[in-house]
Amino acid sequence: MEQAVIELKRLTKQYGEFTAVAGLNLAIRPGEIFGLLGPNGAGKTTTILMMLGLTEPTSGTAEVCGIDATRNPMQVKRRVGYMPDDVGFYEDRSGLDNLVYTARLNGIPAKDARERAAELLERVGLADAAGKKTGAYSRGMRQRLGLADVLIKRPEVIILDEPTLGIDPEGVRELLALIRDLSRNEGLTVLLSSHHLHQVQQICDRVGLFVGGKLIACGDLDTLSRELDGGPSHAVELDVTGWNAELASSLAALPEVNSVEAADSDALVGGGAGAKGRGIVTVRVTSTSDVTPLLAARVIEQGASLVGLRPLRYGLDDIYHRYFEGGDSGERVH
Amino acid sequence: MNAFIEKLRLRMPRPEASRAERSSSPFWVMVQKEFGDHIRSWRFIILLAIVTLACIGSIYTAVTAIKEGQAGDTSFLFLQMFTISNGALPNFLTFLSFLAPLIGIAIGFDGVNSERNKGTLSRVMSQPVYRDDFLNAKFVAGLLLIAVVVFSLGFLVMGVGLFTIGYPPTPEEFWRVIASLLITVIYVGLWLNLSLLFSVRFRQAATSALSGIAIWIFFLVFYGMIVNLVGSATMPSNPMNTDAILRQQDWMMLLERISPAYLFQEAASTLLLPDTRTLNPFITQDQAYLAIDAPLSFGQSLLLVWPQVVAIIAETVLSFAASYVAFMRQEIRSRS
Repeated sequence: MEQAVIELKRLTKQYGEFTAVAGLNLAIRPGEIFGLLGPNGAGKTTTILMMLGLTEPTSGTAEVCGIDATRNPMQVKRRVGYMPDDVGFYEDRSGLDNLVYTARLNGIPAKDARERAAELLERVGLADAAGKKTGAYSRGMRQRLGLADVLIKRPEVIILDEPTLGIDPEGVRELLALIRDLSRNEGLTVLLSSHHLHQVQQICDRVGLFVGGKLIACGDLDTLSRELDGGPSHAVELDVTGWNAELASSLAALPEVNSVEAADSDALVGGGAGAKGRGIVTVRVTSTSDVTPLLAARVIEQGASLVGLRPLRYGLDDIYHRYFEGGDSGERVH
Repeated sequence: MNAFIEKLRLRMPRPEASRAERSSSPFWVMVQKEFGDHIRSWRFIILLAIVTLACIGSIYTAVTAIKEGQAGDTSFLFLQMFTISNGALPNFLTFLSFLAPLIGIAIGFDGVNSERNKGTLSRVMSQPVYRDDFLNAKFVAGLLLIAVVVFSLGFLVMGVGLFTIGYPPTPEEFWRVIASLLITVIYVGLWLNLSLLFSVRFRQAATSALSGIAIWIFFLVFYGMIVNLVGSATMPSNPMNTDAILRQQDWMMLLERISPAYLFQEAASTLLLPDTRTLNPFITQDQAYLAIDAPLSFGQSLLLVWPQVVAIIAETVLSFAASYVAFMRQEIRSRS
């Protein structure tokens, strides 16, 4: 296995009695996009701060690019770009000025800094707003400027804390596409934290679920789903008109089927009340192996008509919910 | 420790390092930016307007007083531009000692907490920048600005005075003015530091501004009263006991001199009034009658106020150290 870019060993941070991060072990490989996922107050930001040496861990070590972040934060900060959540800029300066300032703090001469800043603004789609004061920027523009700001020092690793918070779906899509592009084309290692599952799911190679200061699961989507269910499982949703108890028992009689239960029909997809009016019932069938064709055949045999058939795959959403349903939500700190 | 050593190495002037290379170190970049921000800000324009008005007023009052012949002897006529008043308006020195803390507080009170609230602090701190450099840059930029303002005002008064009274300063008078302006800069620096300390400590800019102003008013109005109160309470019961009275007065003097405003007043007025021969409240009869009544030379005046200057610098260093410690131990999160 390759040398990890970010390696956390038994990292712990305590604030008085409260443990924000408890014995965290994590290794992130070069060139991957890692999503740190967890509810508010799970310790994501604290972990990130420790990686940058902005906060001292109570115990344990955080190594970034093979450098101990607690002892040599300067060298780490030279290689790592960090975008805080809700990134702020000097509002009475233009976007270009803000970028040039960051570049110069990194020791880049003024002339190169201007060139690089202009290039990056072009890249994140802010070339038109380069001369505008950042106070007039929209949230999405600020976030994109933040990305440019992170990239201007040509980092090896970028750490994004809640990069998609508060931007509209289209903005999120663009931002994520940009991040993925950077990772794929320039071999950047990306660590992003989020509590937005869909987004993380779209671009991350691996995700870590982080709750109450502990990493409770880590891996790609398949691994997580497997860890979650404890075995392979399939689920199919059927939209049927003319549903009756007979049909239900006939489906349940199939040896592979575990359960047959009525599901709430998706209001948007099924057309809400309209669907009910037409007598469409949505049923969720779980089974140990894939029996989708068999189910369809049964429904038709019974004289009912099959309106829709959707094999379900566990998304991160379900995994997330499963994990958080398990714990007492009252324990979560906000 | 490693970081510290690395920093020392960076600070060492390397022979081959050109000027341009050194000037682009993060510290000077930050100073440059801070300075630019100050100059462009509305607050600075307002301050400048107030201070300029005060300066014009003090020139006016000094010039009318001199014309009315209040100057007495003309040995240090030029210096009297700064210290004399016709009674309608305070003189330049009083204006300065009154406004100096205000300038310091106005420049420093939101130095750190506004960056924290705007979310720029965590962004800057995630760049390869030392934490102390950030604070130093804030201080140095503020002090530079203060120096520019104070000196330009001093020179303005000198220039306008020269123009209206038509009486040139001797080199000694010139150096006395320069020295007192320098002390003013140091004094404003103290208030700048104090307000920076509050801006590190308090998250709200308004709280830190108010704390700064509260301390200013405390020293301006209440401190003298408190010292007087303590003085009358600890007065020796036997008025014939000279030793006890002297000792008590020394204590009172020491208490009085804790106040930076008092120190500044003493230092600046001694420099601008060469006739001041001692800052002690008591002189013996021999001293009073036998000493030749002549102004002190510049060097002697400077020697007389040296402890005051050192005390102001010490208080500055103390408050800087406090803000340093507070800032170094603070956790930097975005907007919290």
